[in-house]
Amino acid sequence: MEKVFQKPHALSDVPFHYCPGCPHGIVHRLVAEVIDELGIEGDTIGVAPVGCSVMAYNYFECDMQEAAHGRAPAVATGIKRARPDKVVFTYQGDGDLAAIGTAETVHVAARGENVTTIFINNAIYGMTGGQMAPTTLPGQVTQTSPYGRDVKTQGNPIRVSEMLATLDGPAYIERVTVDTIPHIKQAKAAIKKAFQMQIEGKGFSLVEVVSTCPTNWGMSPQESFQWMRDNMLVKYPLGVYKDITKEEEAK
Amino acid sequence: MSKVLMKGNEALAEAAIRAGCRHFFGYPITPQTEVSAYMAKKMPKIGGTFLQAESEVAAINMVYGAGGAGVRVMTSSSSPGISLKQEGISYIAGADVPCVIVNIVRGGPGLGGIQPAQSDYFQATKGGGHGDYHLVVLAPSSIQEMVDLTSDAFDIGDKYRCPVMIMGDGMLGQMMEPVEFKDADVSNLPEKTWATTGTGMKRKKNIINSLFLEASELEKLVLERQERYAEIAKNEVRYEAVDVEDADVVLVAYGTTSRIAKTAMAKAKEMGLKVGIIRPITLWPFPFEAFNNALNGKDKKFLCVEMSTGQMIEDVKLAVGDKAEVHFFGRTGGIVPTPKEILNKIIELGGAK
Repeated sequence: MEKVFQKPHALSDVPFHYCPGCPHGIVHRLVAEVIDELGIEGDTIGVAPVGCSVMAYNYFECDMQEAAHGRAPAVATGIKRARPDKVVFTYQGDGDLAAIGTAETVHVAARGENVTTIFINNAIYGMTGGQMAPTTLPGQVTQTSPYGRDVKTQGNPIRVSEMLATLDGPAYIERVTVDTIPHIKQAKAAIKKAFQMQIEGKGFSLVEVVSTCPTNWGMSPQESFQWMRDNMLVKYPLGVYKDITKEEEAK
Repeated sequence: MSKVLMKGNEALAEAAIRAGCRHFFGYPITPQTEVSAYMAKKMPKIGGTFLQAESEVAAINMVYGAGGAGVRVMTSSSSPGISLKQEGISYIAGADVPCVIVNIVRGGPGLGGIQPAQSDYFQATKGGGHGDYHLVVLAPSSIQEMVDLTSDAFDIGDKYRCPVMIMGDGMLGQMMEPVEFKDADVSNLPEKTWATTGTGMKRKKNIINSLFLEASELEKLVLERQERYAEIAKNEVRYEAVDVEDADVVLVAYGTTSRIAKTAMAKAKEMGLKVGIIRPITLWPFPFEAFNNALNGKDKKFLCVEMSTGQMIEDVKLAVGDKAEVHFFGRTGGIVPTPKEILNKIIELGGAK
């Protein structure tokens, strides 16, 4: 019988531990499909974060290192400098990338380190049970902002893609989401382009995936995507924030 | 090869390069910044990596990444910076990644001072970061020994898959002495089959990791690591013991302090006193056997001399038990003890007859 659909080779057989309706599974699959299509599984080294995707090292078939909270970009830097001919990527959430690891994030981008970051922004700390994240929206209720995020005392959310795009180091930054088939296709194209730019030695690439957390948002998966569209995509508009190949064309 | 006159920090950097280290991640801090400066000058010319990280935290995590990817890698710092690195050191130990960490110790706590000290002994030998782990800690007392131990540090790290610390004080880093580099052959280092080098689609994936949520699995791994530590304690203990058998007073000192203690010892001998010295070279594993040898039934007093308020003395007391008196003399905060101060203490302990 003809196989028309199968698990990507770069995705392992280990069942995901993610909650029902969590988009991590979709994004893992997209990354694995891209690794398959580029034929780079044997040359790829991934770095897992701390947070919900901490066990990403179990889910990808390539070599993996597990980093301390927020340190994935530094670990990826060490790997890339040791093995410059390999493809190195990090997979990080918002707490990891935009709070405890902000310095590592900014500097990996500023150095134009030739690695790729997949950044999942769902505006919450999922693994620890739903606390306020650096990307939590004003007024958003979490375990540690039970009356809604008050920007006067709890600060404002960080727009990571916009912030990093101001730097000279990054080669490619795009914000995508995975709520619909067209958006999933767009997200995959962005991830593929990010890896391709690394392979071509162009420098740091980051794909921010605006995502959801049905469990900790206290919504169904469908409601979560609707809330994301109504609220998150207003604060975090989709689009390409940096693309040096376009800049080169424009010159 | 003939001897060359070099500053301690630069000699250490050169020794690391000769030991096959081509990856160095640092961050400036007095009094060890010359290590970074030397690496910055040399590495680009030999195809190596020098990277000035955004912080000590980032630097040690770059070490984790590069070490996990199988290369010989080093970072260097001084006390406050080493405190920052502790998170990464714990992960490195927990993931069994070999690397070399240099601490050119300055006075503390806090920002402390920039003068030489030995007040990081507890941090280096008793854990530092969280969890059940040890660093192998090598404490040279001369620049020549620092150069020799740097080569050993990489070998020990690779052999036992563990982080190794070279602990010198600010004086060792800053002073100049003649050194000879005994070039080790690093062209044929054993392959690191566990490293993340890419599967090449030829083997199962390698994972560098310190997370084990299953308690029984974590316990098993920690116990296996303890067995490796026992092997290290069996094979890698280093110390120097001089004239201890017949001594009335046995000095115990490491690093720069041991050289000052030896000067005091020579003066005491001129006065007809019987004084010996035990100089630990490995601070972990601690050279307990040196004390067993010294405790030969003869009545002795031990005098631990440190540039701290008394940290190594706890290990000396463990080694000596109730078999002899253990006394202490120390200066701290960046003050270096003088031979005269130590001599006075020796005389006070009844060396004078």
